[in-house]
Amino acid sequence: MATKILIPTPLRPFTDKKDAVEAEGKTVGELLADLTTKHSGLKAHLYNAEGKLRSFVNIYVNDEDIRYLQKEQTPIAAGDTVSIIPSVAGGAPPVSNVSGGRSV
Amino acid sequence: MTKQTLLCDAGIDGEIRRHGEETYPHECCGALVGSGNRVTATVALPNTTEEGPRRRFMVRPSDYRVAEQKASELGGDLLGFYHSHPDHPARPSQYDLDHAWPTFAYIIVAVAQGKSAAMTVWYLKEDRSAFDEGELNGN
Repeated sequence: MATKILIPTPLRPFTDKKDAVEAEGKTVGELLADLTTKHSGLKAHLYNAEGKLRSFVNIYVNDEDIRYLQKEQTPIAAGDTVSIIPSVAGGAPPVSNVSGGRSV
Repeated sequence: MTKQTLLCDAGIDGEIRRHGEETYPHECCGALVGSGNRVTATVALPNTTEEGPRRRFMVRPSDYRVAEQKASELGGDLLGFYHSHPDHPARPSQYDLDHAWPTFAYIIVAVAQGKSAAMTVWYLKEDRSAFDEGELNGN
């Protein structure tokens, strides 16, 4: 069963510039595994080194955040649409680091 | 390596600086809209961080959607985001790096004692190891 996944702007270079692609899976976890197999450049931006979804990566099934469903075990039904929606975060280092100048 | 250049239409520089001064001592944030490497509009967004807005900013998913929708309405693309560093240099932090998205331009404006100062632009390296500094060519 192919499920439509909506891709946000910063990840489209890894999906041949497409804003929507299809992947297979019975759960969100399976779906994302298939997605990152088909589009391998996505993996480093969706998952951290421990293989967990990065905190600023939000996955929605239809209009529901999977954090409030069954996370990556959330089942996928026919006709569902999955969206990857970024949070964008950042900020200055703590005050104690200010004198350190360049921080990356 | 050639630096990526981000061109800003007239007024963009001032909009970002003003936003940073208005929210001082808190961080401001907003989206950059345009086409290719030219920013033609900004979309000011609320800083919804729960970690202290003097040192953090957060664009929640619903506001990210607003930014993409606004970009589409304006006939452009979402090119990246801007934020301010109150009383801190316009250089990305480790926290910025940890939370960065690829391909986006990240403008940082330093705001010192309420007055905007240096403004820079950064791009995440593909391997996420660091940022590359770009060239910000206003007006």
